[in-house]
Amino acid sequence: MRKNGKLVLSPYKKNEITAYLVVVLFFGIMASLKATGVLSRSLSGQLIPIAAYMIMAVSLNLVVGISGELSLGHAGFMSVGAFTGIITSLYLAQAGAPTVVRFVVATLAGGVAAGIVGFVIAIPVLRLRGDYLAIVTLAFGEIIRNILNVVYVGLDRNGLHFATTSDIALLEGGSMILKGPMGAITNEEISTLLEGFILVVVALFLAQNMLNSRTGRAIMAIRDNRIAAESIGLSVTKYKMIAFVVSAVLAGFAGVLFGLNFSSLAPVKFGFNQSILILVFIVLGGIGNIWGGVISAGVLTILPEALRQFSDYRMLVYAVVLIIVMLVTNNKSVGTFMSGLKGKLTSRKKEGGDDSEKN
Amino acid sequence: MRRINADKHNLRKRDSQDTIQGRMFDSKEIFGWNGKAVDHIIIPEKDRDKTPILEIKGLGIDFGGLTAVDEFTISVGRTEIAGLIGPNGAGKTTVFNLLTKVYQPTRGTFFFDGEDTAGMTTEQICHKGIARTFQNIRLFDNLTVEENIMVAMNERFEYGFFGSLIHGPKYRREEKAAREAAHQYLSIFNMQGMAKYKAGALPYGAQRRLEILRALATGPKVLLLDEPAAGMNPKETADLMENIRKIRDEFQIAIILIEHDMSLVMNVCETIGVLNFGRVIAKGTPDEIQSNPEVIEAYLGKKKEVK
Ligand SMILES: Nc1ncnc2c1ncn2[C@@H]1O[C@H](COP(=O)(O)OP(=O)(O)O)[C@@H](O)[C@H]1O
Ligand SMILES: [Mg+2]
Repeated sequence: MRKNGKLVLSPYKKNEITAYLVVVLFFGIMASLKATGVLSRSLSGQLIPIAAYMIMAVSLNLVVGISGELSLGHAGFMSVGAFTGIITSLYLAQAGAPTVVRFVVATLAGGVAAGIVGFVIAIPVLRLRGDYLAIVTLAFGEIIRNILNVVYVGLDRNGLHFATTSDIALLEGGSMILKGPMGAITNEEISTLLEGFILVVVALFLAQNMLNSRTGRAIMAIRDNRIAAESIGLSVTKYKMIAFVVSAVLAGFAGVLFGLNFSSLAPVKFGFNQSILILVFIVLGGIGNIWGGVISAGVLTILPEALRQFSDYRMLVYAVVLIIVMLVTNNKSVGTFMSGLKGKLTSRKKEGGDDSEKN
Repeated sequence: MRRINADKHNLRKRDSQDTIQGRMFDSKEIFGWNGKAVDHIIIPEKDRDKTPILEIKGLGIDFGGLTAVDEFTISVGRTEIAGLIGPNGAGKTTVFNLLTKVYQPTRGTFFFDGEDTAGMTTEQICHKGIARTFQNIRLFDNLTVEENIMVAMNERFEYGFFGSLIHGPKYRREEKAAREAAHQYLSIFNMQGMAKYKAGALPYGAQRRLEILRALATGPKVLLLDEPAAGMNPKETADLMENIRKIRDEFQIAIILIEHDMSLVMNVCETIGVLNFGRVIAKGTPDEIQSNPEVIEAYLGKKKEVK
């Protein structure tokens, strides 16, 4: 927007640009460090998972921060994406497709599969509110994991074979690509850092655009005041569903990127702990703050690796850094805590504003 | 001077067959704003449309054993400013909740623009054309002032889900026009300067005014205002009442007003309904109400703070 000859940016545009800048810088620096061999092996192995976690942070922020519903089962959507992606990728490999094509098709398939699962789960979940909703998402996350534990997939010249036990009769040259609790054991690592970077940018682009549109406004209005949102004619179910499904699709993308980065991957990787880890990213990045979540996903994944030199003091430093991250990203609860602390220290009281009689 | 052409106001899809695509959001169209003075269109009493916009018939609701509203029967003309008064707990807010389908009635029904509303949802009734404000302010605190209004215009947008994700030309055109329209709405209360503030950060009076504008931005035919002047100072209240009349004149809509301050209602309302213990005990012109002995006993007589 141009005003008086000077370029004036709306706050949205500023945030968007910051987010992209951070991502470009991060991956640019990491890629060059990796190329020059400065980065340790373990750390450079973390780069693609970091990209996946960044996408997960965007995804979960759509549900928790923007839609205002706590989801504790997002690793479930990630796993649907991961295993759909792995199956697609190996199937296409047999058909002789190049790796880039395999990755792109796998990503789309993983996103669609996770989106469908998200839609089906959202039907019962969105009838609930608050804590009940959170608990049920947790349950669904576990249900997905347990279902994956009994999925066996074989691949031979006739194509894919699905079963709930390991006895699948495969033709000669065929192999099992998913083995229940063992997961994928013959996977091919085809994710690249560039693909990870592009997917993060795509996820940011879609999420930021959605926020800055009629759809995003409606979702946030419903979060802020459901009754008022209904009174201006917004369909609560429709918009909560949109947020949930878009979030699931993004989680599916992240899952594919993640899944295609490992030669073997078991469903146990996508348990409750994983869901909580992602939640920690967005809580520390500031709930609802898209780029804060992205940064914190990066920092919190690198940190334990980077801190190895501190050996005994590693977790102490980790905790200190967590606090700094919270402060830097203007986390609301920390802000309240700090201003409260300040007030206590200076023991000077100021009367609150004019919104005291709001209710 | 701002002039709002009432016929151009109801530009929602459902009743705008002649809207040209892409011009839907032209705020000049919405408001008939062209810098030239256009006289207010005030339909005189005698010329009012014969079909009332609201025909409420025997509406009633019980909460458990408590009958909050009973045998509520009132009609409201298309451009009428009607007052709804009564002591605390009389059931006024409950009437609004019934009219906006927050509650489904236990008995009776009401017709909106000749159509029975039985079984409609809050969302549907809003799309039909009833909008409201709340006694306890309910804004979207974390959205900006202009976003609060733009979100109320949601139905008027034509770009869909993919437009939201991709931001094509249609998105850009409609968002720009919608923002301009939002600023036009804000100009009604001279609030354009607050457009970029978070709604939750506004002072109390401004929040109340924003709520009215948000309701107006849904393009209603009936506007329900629940104690719009509550918490305002006398100067703010006087301005508000003046503006409520102006809104009616310019948008040509019906307004129902719940208010505690009697003198205020008497000034701005053309008809007044008095509610006591969930029942209408009188309806008439301000003069009739003021001289009605039942009203005096039920309401005026007991309330010492009546001004
Ligand atoms: N959801 C509800 N459940 C139970 N009682 C209610 C409910 N809503 C309103 N009431 C009761 O209905 C009566 C009318 O309330 P209300 O319409 O808010 O009064 P007013 O707006 O005239 O002050 C009150 O006695 C109130 O306690
Ligand atoms: Mg009330």
